[in-house]
Amino acid sequence: MTSYVPIADQTHVMHDPHTFITKYVWSQDHKVIAIQYASTAIFVGLVALTLSAMMRLQLGYPDTFSFINPANYIQFVTMHGMIMVIYLLTALFLGGFGNYLIPLQIGARDMVFPYLNMLSYWFYLLSVLILLASFFVTGGPTGAGWTLYPPQAILRGTPGTEGGGIVLMLVSLLVFIMAFTMGGLNYVTTVLQARTHGMTLMRMPLSVWGIFVATILALFAFPALFVSALMMLLDKVLGTSFFMPALASLGQVSEHTGGSPILFQHLFWFFGHPEVYIVALPAFGLVSDVLSTHARKNIFGYRMMVWAIVAIGGLSFIVWAHHMYVSGMNPYFGFFFAFTTLIIAIPTAIKVYNWVLTLWHGNIRLTVPMLFAMGFIFTFIHGGLTGIFLGNVTVDLPLSDTYFVVAHFHMVMGVSPVMVLFAAIYHWYPKITGKMFNVTLGKIHFWATFLGTYAIYLPMHYLGFLGVPRRYFAIGNTDFIPDSAMALNANITQAAIFVGVMQLVFIYNIISSLRNGAPAGGNPWEAVSLEWQTPDTPPRHGNWGDKLPVVYRWAYEYGVPGVKDDFVPQNVPPEEVVMEAGAGKYIDRSEGHYS
Amino acid sequence: MNPFRLLAEKPWLRTPQMAGGHTVEVSQASLVPPQKVALRVFLGVVGVLFGLFFTAYFIRMGLADWRPIPEPQQLWLNTLLLFLGSISLQWTSHVLRRGDIRLVKIGLLLGSLFTFGFVFGQVAVWQRMTAEGYYLYSNPANSFFYVLTGVHALHILGGLWVWTRASVRVMAGAAPEKIRLSVELCATYWHFLLLVWLAVFALISYT
Repeated sequence: MTSYVPIADQTHVMHDPHTFITKYVWSQDHKVIAIQYASTAIFVGLVALTLSAMMRLQLGYPDTFSFINPANYIQFVTMHGMIMVIYLLTALFLGGFGNYLIPLQIGARDMVFPYLNMLSYWFYLLSVLILLASFFVTGGPTGAGWTLYPPQAILRGTPGTEGGGIVLMLVSLLVFIMAFTMGGLNYVTTVLQARTHGMTLMRMPLSVWGIFVATILALFAFPALFVSALMMLLDKVLGTSFFMPALASLGQVSEHTGGSPILFQHLFWFFGHPEVYIVALPAFGLVSDVLSTHARKNIFGYRMMVWAIVAIGGLSFIVWAHHMYVSGMNPYFGFFFAFTTLIIAIPTAIKVYNWVLTLWHGNIRLTVPMLFAMGFIFTFIHGGLTGIFLGNVTVDLPLSDTYFVVAHFHMVMGVSPVMVLFAAIYHWYPKITGKMFNVTLGKIHFWATFLGTYAIYLPMHYLGFLGVPRRYFAIGNTDFIPDSAMALNANITQAAIFVGVMQLVFIYNIISSLRNGAPAGGNPWEAVSLEWQTPDTPPRHGNWGDKLPVVYRWAYEYGVPGVKDDFVPQNVPPEEVVMEAGAGKYIDRSEGHYS
Repeated sequence: MNPFRLLAEKPWLRTPQMAGGHTVEVSQASLVPPQKVALRVFLGVVGVLFGLFFTAYFIRMGLADWRPIPEPQQLWLNTLLLFLGSISLQWTSHVLRRGDIRLVKIGLLLGSLFTFGFVFGQVAVWQRMTAEGYYLYSNPANSFFYVLTGVHALHILGGLWVWTRASVRVMAGAAPEKIRLSVELCATYWHFLLLVWLAVFALISYT
């Protein structure tokens, strides 16, 4: 291809969309698509939050609320899990932050395939609408549990099986995966092909690294969900027997023959475990950038951080069966999967140490995003430690069906990524909107969320040790569960309702600050990476005006001795760096320390 | 681009390219059109998708109720058609490089004829199987047969959509270099789907 010009050298000016519709509705601009993705994801997230409040009301105050019965309780559980994991976290990290940050942080004007990017959002919206439609069909949404295990997922008697709830769920997943694949191809290709001059892969901010590797994981993990959802759909609609064994249900022999439910579990978790890291890796990346910026220090061990992201991504494909210890397996398999699972602790621990060492001797500014980022370190260590318990087969077996597991995965992949999401939203809000949020409300939101989630999940570990089973509508009178556990459940519910309501402070803050916030300026956090150096805030279509930025250094040049502003943006040439009086010439780290 | 060397770069140091006039060479990767990179990644995704179907096939095959299906002879003809389709598109991208637009039109036409022949051939196989009582739901081997061939045919149809867009542009008089990328992408995609089909065919025959 001799005629091909690299994207960073292409000179033609981008088409500016003129009408309201092409600018804000059928938009191909990555920033608008990012906001569309994020708003949709946050909206369904609030639906899922409401569902969790309903569950907590039942658990804390059994026999009190007549509108919650065993059937719709299990529907709340199912939809809460499914929405939070896939339609909120995956979509918000990759569709939202991926879309917004990738082109801006690597110095591109847009994604490489803007039309495909737009299509990706509209398919995502379609999948969300199909999912929400299942609330309104006869029998309501599926109550199969978020893992949709056959055979019960499509048997009569499971809520949502007869009215179409399960069919809508599966179709929605298929559409979501198509939407994600379109977006994912864009993210990967943009990172590989559209970086500006000087932006080598190892100069990219860790946010981009996290999103990039997570996207690769998602591209190769979602096909497993696609295969399992498609085959289960056929089992349900056309009566095949991929997963459905021969069985008698409600007094009738089913038409299915000897399918394998365990096969579904393998396929599902071959997707399901990488999914944990599809959510976690972007969070790791974003939080690294927030910590480094607000600690005014370069990220500790940048290369090690990148390697850890890649290593975790690779390992995440060979640990899936640790979700299936209780399904039964060859002991040698159990040993293998326990081994690989515990090995993941090594790169993960490297990351945690590096975050803490980034803070060490930093000039920490306790801004709202920094509070959330530091909160994340706490919640993530906490959730990670209980993961070491559950990674071992013998410890997992008694704990697997108890609240200990609920506490573990909510700390590690519920609260922790959400802390990062809040950190990231507060951190980039001034760039996205051009306005500063209300700091007091932000701090109230942080302390309520941070302490509140501990009040919810810390006690759940003890419930788990007592053996209180998860998924149950009501515990009833059981000998091994003391009255104090019931009191604890009521307290957890109070905390959960409190935390849920306090999220309204956040919603109010981001909406009202659009109008009332003080102008933020282009670079309020004095950050180094490229997105803060755009000529306009919020960045206009095309991001960079006439000329693309040229990158001269990595994304972590903070606290540089002798430099007037204590930081040097990525796109400032060495000879233009302003020094303090008498500090001499700006010295590249290579000259000062290493050569 | 050696990934290990790439990941060993020390970004906090001044890199050799940065000395002097601050011009940094564009890395080798970005000299490839993004469409080609995206297609390679997409082929990886499709490969994983079929790989998982194959894995499920092997596991399901080991269970007791599996009844092998007869292998329709027409599949050999269909294989030939898809092979010819793949060859035609390869030939098209070859004559395109010489700039002979008349041959390009013939190549695109042949490619589509063979490929549509393959798809209709598959439909005919499905109809005959159904007529002989091998329904989708009557046995897991049948189910996998229809699902694998169906998903494969859908991917072929997706490719034909890109092919149609290139053909429309050729007919409208687009210069050869304008459609070269599309034709090359089509050719790569067809070769890949031919490989996938051979794997599917082998698997179906394996019962």
